Amino acid sequence: MNRLLILLLVVLSTSSFATGLVKDPLGSVQWDDMYRAFLNGHPAVFDNKVKLIAPSFAEDPMNVPVTVDARGLSDIKQIVIFADFNPIPLIARFYPTNAEPLLSFRFKIQQASPVRAAVLTGDGQWHVAGSWVNSAGGGCTAASTGRLVGNWMDYLGEVYGKRWTANNSNRIRFLIKHPMDTGLASGIPEFYIEHLNFTNESGDILAHLELFEPINENPVLSLNFNSSDRESAIYMTGSDNNGNEFEAVFSQ
Amino acid sequence: MRLMIKRFAFLLVLLSTPCAVLAASFDYHLVAKKVADNTYVFVGKTEDFSFENGGNIVNTGFIVTSDGVVVIDTGPSLRYGQQMKAVIKTITDKPINRVYITHQHPDHFLGNQAFEGVPIIALDSTIKSINSDGAGFTDNLYLMVGDWMRGTDVLVPNTVTNAGKVSIGGHQLEILSMSGHTHGDMAIYDHTTHVLFSGDLIFHKRTLTTPHANIAKWLTTLKTLNSLPFKVLVPGHGPIADNKQPIGEMEDYLTWLDKTFTKAANDGFSMTDVMEIELPQRFYSNALLKSEFSRSVTHLYSSYESRVFKRIN
Repeated sequence: MNRLLILLLVVLSTSSFATGLVKDPLGSVQWDDMYRAFLNGHPAVFDNKVKLIAPSFAEDPMNVPVTVDARGLSDIKQIVIFADFNPIPLIARFYPTNAEPLLSFRFKIQQASPVRAAVLTGDGQWHVAGSWVNSAGGGCTAASTGRLVGNWMDYLGEVYGKRWTANNSNRIRFLIKHPMDTGLASGIPEFYIEHLNFTNESGDILAHLELFEPINENPVLSLNFNSSDRESAIYMTGSDNNGNEFEAVFSQ
Repeated sequence: MRLMIKRFAFLLVLLSTPCAVLAASFDYHLVAKKVADNTYVFVGKTEDFSFENGGNIVNTGFIVTSDGVVVIDTGPSLRYGQQMKAVIKTITDKPINRVYITHQHPDHFLGNQAFEGVPIIALDSTIKSINSDGAGFTDNLYLMVGDWMRGTDVLVPNTVTNAGKVSIGGHQLEILSMSGHTHGDMAIYDHTTHVLFSGDLIFHKRTLTTPHANIAKWLTTLKTLNSLPFKVLVPGHGPIADNKQPIGEMEDYLTWLDKTFTKAANDGFSMTDVMEIELPQRFYSNALLKSEFSRSVTHLYSSYESRVFKRIN
């Protein structure tokens, strides 16, 4: 049934291109608006050097896993991740200053939508990849589990994770306890982690993440740092939109 | 919201006129396959829910006893339940004595409305789950199979049962209360005919599903089922078997899932990494392997991650 919807959208969208933008291979009627909202100021190309990996169906609309892999590109300034049809389209901005341009996370989807990663390189060009994720819906307007159970405050900001440094890799995966409320569930204001910063022992900035409301409750993220930082502890600091601050150390 | 989804699904069905014409009669063409004395099964397709199959992807069955008919699961929709009942009437003029619902998933109980008025029996945990999640399940099916579902609503089983033996019209039935596929899975063993209705504790030649699964409990349950001296096995999904091979295949896949998720979590795989793992060839003969594996990653992998992650602040 969702395929039909997609087909319908594809058919409808073919008529809506009046601008000089590149044609969206995903055929989304929202592409022009997404470009203007998040990518304006630089030209965009659809580029298979960027990989966006997501399941074609959101089995759990509250937890859709996505991996963005831009290791095929160099001189990356930032990566913007968004879902065209989400009520809040912007999911994350990733600045892999001294880290691999590889990020895994989970997010909440409200209805079938393209999910995209746009990678800005030093030459001022956006490189865009995306994929359709079908969904039975409802991921953004449902209250978080922590809200329903009522115990989210007991765990707020706790970080659970692990680091892998064997075979030249330098990878961390972690979960932060946070309700990540979208503000779209009735009576629950938006409440989400806004910033996560990663530095090494020398204080060098390795990466910066801006997260937005659609990131899943108790976010689970995976990042890869450069092998030159394998010997250093990795320090994470972060904050949410209510001023709560978080810290964690991924020791070597 | 729920009504909206139903209307939306209906609208899409209308738009897809070529399909709508093909399935205009909404006839599941149910055929009662005799598997033992007095015992019949409606065998569903080993597919995912679709408009084309109308949700007929499940096995349901019935036993004709001298005290009336015992129905086991009622299928995915009101229409399915009604059509089941019509086929049963062509086989016996005995009334429906009772209905057993094996577990909480919608393809097994949404035909209940067709059997209103007789005891519809389930485990306590099943009744609780249908009470809390039944409406959501129904919405999902409206989305996936469209107008086949028209008129279907949740009718919660009205009678609780525990495990135990029941004698009905010459059949000695044993109600088994187990878990693993969900928190409460009923299987029914007929000591008179040696037929085992396993519910979704057994999938045969169709990859098992895990939205409410617990692998460790499921493996324990399979050992119990394996010890029963059944001659005919009616799985919840897939072809009927006359041997224990399907149980062995289930154990093999569940054990592999557990090992694969454990190793992936230890090695730092993200969910999408796990979804791309190459699947062993020996599972290829099970329908929907790739898509069900991917769904299982969503259902189960986070619990494996949490065993690996340690508090770091």
